[in-house]
Amino acid sequence: MASEAEGGDTLPVGVLALQGDFVDHEAALQRHGLRTRQVRTVADLDALGGLVLPGGESTTMLKLLEVDGLWEPLGAVLRSGLPVFATCAGMILLAEQVENPVQRSYALLPITVVRNGYGRQFHSGTFALNSAVLPAGTSGTFIRAPRITRVGMGCDVLAARGDDPVLVQKGPIMAACFHPELQPGPNPVVARFVAAVRKHAMLPVGGA
Amino acid sequence: MSSLQTKDRSVSIPGFTAEELVSKIGFFEQLKGGVIMDVIDPEQARIAEDAGACAVMALERVPADIRKHGGVARASDPDMIASIQRTVSIPVMAKVRIGHFVEAQMLESMEVDCIDESEVLTPADDEFQIDKRSFKTPFVCGCRDLGEALRRIHEGASMIRTKGEAGTGNVVEAVRHMRTLLSQIRGLRGMDALQLEKKAVEMRVPFDLVAWVAERQKLPVPNFSAGGVATPADAALMMQLGAETVFVGSGIFKSGDPSQRAKAMVRAVAHFNEPKILVEISRGLGEAMVGIDINLMPAHERMAGRGV
Repeated sequence: MASEAEGGDTLPVGVLALQGDFVDHEAALQRHGLRTRQVRTVADLDALGGLVLPGGESTTMLKLLEVDGLWEPLGAVLRSGLPVFATCAGMILLAEQVENPVQRSYALLPITVVRNGYGRQFHSGTFALNSAVLPAGTSGTFIRAPRITRVGMGCDVLAARGDDPVLVQKGPIMAACFHPELQPGPNPVVARFVAAVRKHAMLPVGGA
Repeated sequence: MSSLQTKDRSVSIPGFTAEELVSKIGFFEQLKGGVIMDVIDPEQARIAEDAGACAVMALERVPADIRKHGGVARASDPDMIASIQRTVSIPVMAKVRIGHFVEAQMLESMEVDCIDESEVLTPADDEFQIDKRSFKTPFVCGCRDLGEALRRIHEGASMIRTKGEAGTGNVVEAVRHMRTLLSQIRGLRGMDALQLEKKAVEMRVPFDLVAWVAERQKLPVPNFSAGGVATPADAALMMQLGAETVFVGSGIFKSGDPSQRAKAMVRAVAHFNEPKILVEISRGLGEAMVGIDINLMPAHERMAGRGV
């Protein structure tokens, strides 16, 4: 399966496309050489090489996931060991605890997030990140971003904005408060997810 | 001068930093595939949020009532906007009169998430629209054609919506404006520099902006649709025609069952390409708002012609 290492023939990465900046995520992954598929129905979840939960409005996504019967099937894929990358609203869907207001989530990341924790759009912008795993000078664009107020056991903090954790990972799931998909050109956070997708594709079937 | 480069968008707009542009346009990217609903009080705002709206537009009267009421329509009471901001967690937008930069300064100081410089209100300036580059808050503006869209983008709008004819429940103008915009973009394809220069002069915008659109065959900012959307099918129609998000004004809260209709609109935009789902969500929705035949409307009652 050496050819899969080049990424051209890995399975497509599913991008949840009910609402939000899913087109930006697709463009970002395609820049890194991966194929993508918009996920709107249960059938779209079949045979994916990775999964992205985009930014957008988490309340809108929640309603649509529930009414369209996607909540359980998507949850099964999220728990399957497939590489997952979530930004902003996507991270809110994965957090163990959501505040402002309290809302339903998959609780797959042991974190507490406060929705719009950095304030309204007026306070949005691009801020420097401190990180041991990202290249020096990497920044993140925060848009009405959620704020992580607690990180539990087993969850690694990969980057921070000031003292706040903003990029976290637990096993195959990585989530960001900011939007690497909006930034131009190749992005180190997206590249990290892409590497995980390629590595996962190399595993023997069932070896996640 | 700085240049914006977010994915393959790239346009120089004097007065903006690249970071500001990414976060302003990025704000609208988050709204894509969603429905932005007009609401006049916290109760309606809650219904909209519960139905899955990706944002609400706070205003004292929906366009259908502005038509009925007559008189000068102005920016809304700050108390009313603030009460909606306190009620919902989704973005809250509000409208200012065309050219009324003080109303815009006030909304920015209230930290409204987005300002709509809107033809639905009575224009305050016949010659100039707001210099939107001097604000940190992202602006949306309406357009009927490519020239109007590019003038607004050059002034600093980071999202464009086709105008349609607000408050009519009649989608025909929304369709006309979207088709006009997209066919004019296609019309630039293959033009040489001299022809593009002539277009730029005609449209009263910088050459670089026209050349950018000619080359990439799209606007440098997101393109949403507004004005006359009354049913889930209308919303899906605008999405299939090329809109990236839909504004619904009077269509929801002037209908028989606003909550059901709001939910149906949200699903229609998410599944705009799936007729079977559209059938399912269009069943038993109750009365749609009563529409107006635009051909029977006197010219002075049309809002879309407002702006420069």
